[in-house]
Amino acid sequence: MSDTIAEAPPSGGAPKISKINEAVIRIAGNSQDGIQAIGGFLARLAGRSEQEVMTFMTIPSTISGGPSIFQVRIGSGEVLSSGDEADVLLAFYQHSYEDHIGSLKKGGIVLYDSDHVEPKEEWKKDYHHLGIPISGLTVEAIGGTAKDKGKNIFALGLIAKMFDLDLPKLEKLIGERFTGKDPSILNNALAAFHAGHANPLGNVLETFKFVASQKKDGHQVVMNGNEALGYGLIAAGVRFGAGYPITPWSDIMELLRRELPKYGGSFIQTEDEIAAISMAIGGSYAGRVAVTGSSGPGISLKTEALGWAVMAEMPLVIVDVQRGGPSTGMPTNIEQSDLNIAVNGGHGDAPRVVIAPANVEDCFYMAIEAVNIARKYSVPVIILTDQGIATRIEAFTEPNLEKVCQDISPNFTPVADHKPYDLSAADGITTHLAPGTRIQSGKYPIVTGLEHDELGHPTGSPKLHMQMTAKRRKKLQALGASLPIPKVYGPPEGNILLVGWGSTEGPIKEAVDRARAAGDSVSSVHIRHVNPLPNGLENIFSGFNHVLVVEMNDEGLYGFGQLGALLRARYCDAKIHGVNKTDGLTWKVKDILERAKSNVSAGLRKI
Amino acid sequence: MSQTLTETPPRPGNIASVAAPALPATEERKGLTKKEVAADHPTWCPGCGDFSVLALYFKLIEKRKMWHEKITTIAGIGCSSRFPYFVQAHGAHYIHGRALPFASGISLSRPDLHVFVFGGDGDAFSIGGNHFTHTARKNIKMTYCVMDNWVYGLTKKQTSPTSPLGFKSKTDQWGAIDYPINPMKQAISAGATFVARTTSTNPNHVLQMMEAAMDHDGFSFIECLSECVEFYEGAFDASNPRKGGVFNEIPKTHDVTDELAAYKLAGEPFPGSFGIFYKVSKPTKNAKEAEINKSYMEKVKGMKDWQILQKNFDRMK
Repeated sequence: MSDTIAEAPPSGGAPKISKINEAVIRIAGNSQDGIQAIGGFLARLAGRSEQEVMTFMTIPSTISGGPSIFQVRIGSGEVLSSGDEADVLLAFYQHSYEDHIGSLKKGGIVLYDSDHVEPKEEWKKDYHHLGIPISGLTVEAIGGTAKDKGKNIFALGLIAKMFDLDLPKLEKLIGERFTGKDPSILNNALAAFHAGHANPLGNVLETFKFVASQKKDGHQVVMNGNEALGYGLIAAGVRFGAGYPITPWSDIMELLRRELPKYGGSFIQTEDEIAAISMAIGGSYAGRVAVTGSSGPGISLKTEALGWAVMAEMPLVIVDVQRGGPSTGMPTNIEQSDLNIAVNGGHGDAPRVVIAPANVEDCFYMAIEAVNIARKYSVPVIILTDQGIATRIEAFTEPNLEKVCQDISPNFTPVADHKPYDLSAADGITTHLAPGTRIQSGKYPIVTGLEHDELGHPTGSPKLHMQMTAKRRKKLQALGASLPIPKVYGPPEGNILLVGWGSTEGPIKEAVDRARAAGDSVSSVHIRHVNPLPNGLENIFSGFNHVLVVEMNDEGLYGFGQLGALLRARYCDAKIHGVNKTDGLTWKVKDILERAKSNVSAGLRKI
Repeated sequence: MSQTLTETPPRPGNIASVAAPALPATEERKGLTKKEVAADHPTWCPGCGDFSVLALYFKLIEKRKMWHEKITTIAGIGCSSRFPYFVQAHGAHYIHGRALPFASGISLSRPDLHVFVFGGDGDAFSIGGNHFTHTARKNIKMTYCVMDNWVYGLTKKQTSPTSPLGFKSKTDQWGAIDYPINPMKQAISAGATFVARTTSTNPNHVLQMMEAAMDHDGFSFIECLSECVEFYEGAFDASNPRKGGVFNEIPKTHDVTDELAAYKLAGEPFPGSFGIFYKVSKPTKNAKEAEINKSYMEKVKGMKDWQILQKNFDRMK
């Protein structure tokens, strides 16, 4: 946000209006206060105003209640991360105030519910305090029956006032949100909102107005990563899937369960994780690429069946919304520690495809890519996202759905002959033939997890095992050769190259921007295709003195994170080192920079 | 609990996540011969009861004029689970214990196919026990034939979940100490809508049960005693008149919709009775999912898929 907050005039006069480019607002309360709703309204408003937006939230893994935050960063220019420090903290309770004041930048505004928060004198010199009896005023506005409900909407009114947000657009959003419900609910929400907006904002000396955004092409849509992924699968033509509830994957299965019937499809809730992947594989076998997914422990449970899909060469999409592990781990925290299991999990030599979307928009398009790779190469494809991207809301240019939606219905045209595991197929790429297809030779294929001959019949032949193992490998090598080489962000040569994957793309790019603005030679590259890796990364690495792999996982026994170790194994490049962390939170831009710099200046630890 | 057998309701449409292949309406095709439907020579030991089950499956295909491409034969792991390799039709040899969810994926997305699952007692009641319960309670349309031999044969004589007390195996040299599972009771209490018992030594009866199971609209379960001559010789002699035993058919007076009566039959000491223990008509999961789809598709009638999705996106602006 503009720096003028700290330089606000000492007293008197009408509140000043400052033009700002962006703002970071952190809302802290309890999980049932509806703070996600405030954040959601702000994010959606930003999307409709052609602004960029990124959110970050934490949720407790308790069954009901517990502290929760929602941070939203809105900008008229590019927004790459949810922001290291907040400009405004909205605190509903004493614990919200005390736990999160540290996330507020010096001179920032803390807006608190004075019915619940006792401000501390020693913090008043560093932060602009604004106490408003939010709970009391909400009850006043909508009557005593509402209890705690509605104070989030009242607070939204306060924020709308402070940032001079577009009132009609927000009213419309509130209307849409509460549409179809009891009209008194909508009336109460609007009453609370208007009461908040009418509040004189006590002693605040300055309000803000976003500068108009540079118009982008077309409309924007606003959604979180799980939604983008779910809708991407539908656009890709997926019509069948199965899953078992687990956080944070469940949102996707709920979405598919709700939406697929409109398309004549179905998503089945199964008795366990193994049944889920098995049923999805059965669906794929039946003729149309199906989906399953999970998080953490569920992925571990699925690995035997995953190995079968590799062996039987069955197309399948598996979504892994990563969370903190191992075991039950940290179910509602962020970690990128499933790369190893995604790439290598299971027994035997079992090559499969692993891709990792870099942002919310990417979740939509990579879901489609996953389906197409699975079909073309008859192989399971794992989409690695994480808790951060799953619940993060972003605005992005609306896809041209008419163009991207595809029909992947199986082809039942009779064939003369069919070998499911034809060894003469170019690059080892064979395709699955759905049951229901007549084979004129009268020889029908069996798909199997036993090592097999070209028709799928079991064999103990060493030669066939070697040939089939090579076939399953070769097709992924062919895929690797066809993948685009990722673009370097920043100059293609320099001192430090930051390498990232998955949800960390934004913060890493912002770190590059910040470093370069300060005169440091830092660039970055983001890996979206994890296994197989695209060819040509070595040429990118060769342009830099240091290659630092930034990951949210442990540095491992030998000093490298999970992608770091994979890159080391592939390139044997001693320049490759890790910048790792395991605090279960998203990267702060300044942490990436500080860690990278100290890593380099320490001459990099010798292992 | 007794209920009267109502007329089978007309079958509602199924989930159409995959459109059934269009068949030439005029095409006349003969039923398949045994030769056309047999594939690899079975790898079972000479004398194994499974040969008989396979032969009767061929007979079923022949008699009911099923076509290669309309049959899917699915199995997990075990001696009996080698089944799909011996059948000339689309098939899958899946992992241990998980054939039922795999088959469910086919059944729920392809109403045009016959889904047959074959397996053994270890697959069904040990490693796959959970799936047995849930596939039965959801009443997913398919036929599941468990070739029960009371022993792990493929791994050479360990105790199985149906091994009787006292059975001496490599994992219970002193004789099995764990109470065995009663497959009939298991199926009835899980909510299976068709529960039958037969034995590989009575071919006509096996075929009868297979036909009835295939015609049942729902999850149909057959326990077929199938002797392992290598590791549990003589296990079922008491049910085989040729070996001095008795083959008791369920009396005609038995009400197949009477759950308690079925449960009582299931409790008889070996050799017990053979035939249909329990059979009720309940909507399948296939039909219920199709109902949901029908009502949802009605709301988006005439719209292309991308237009349906567009409606969601319009709400996210």
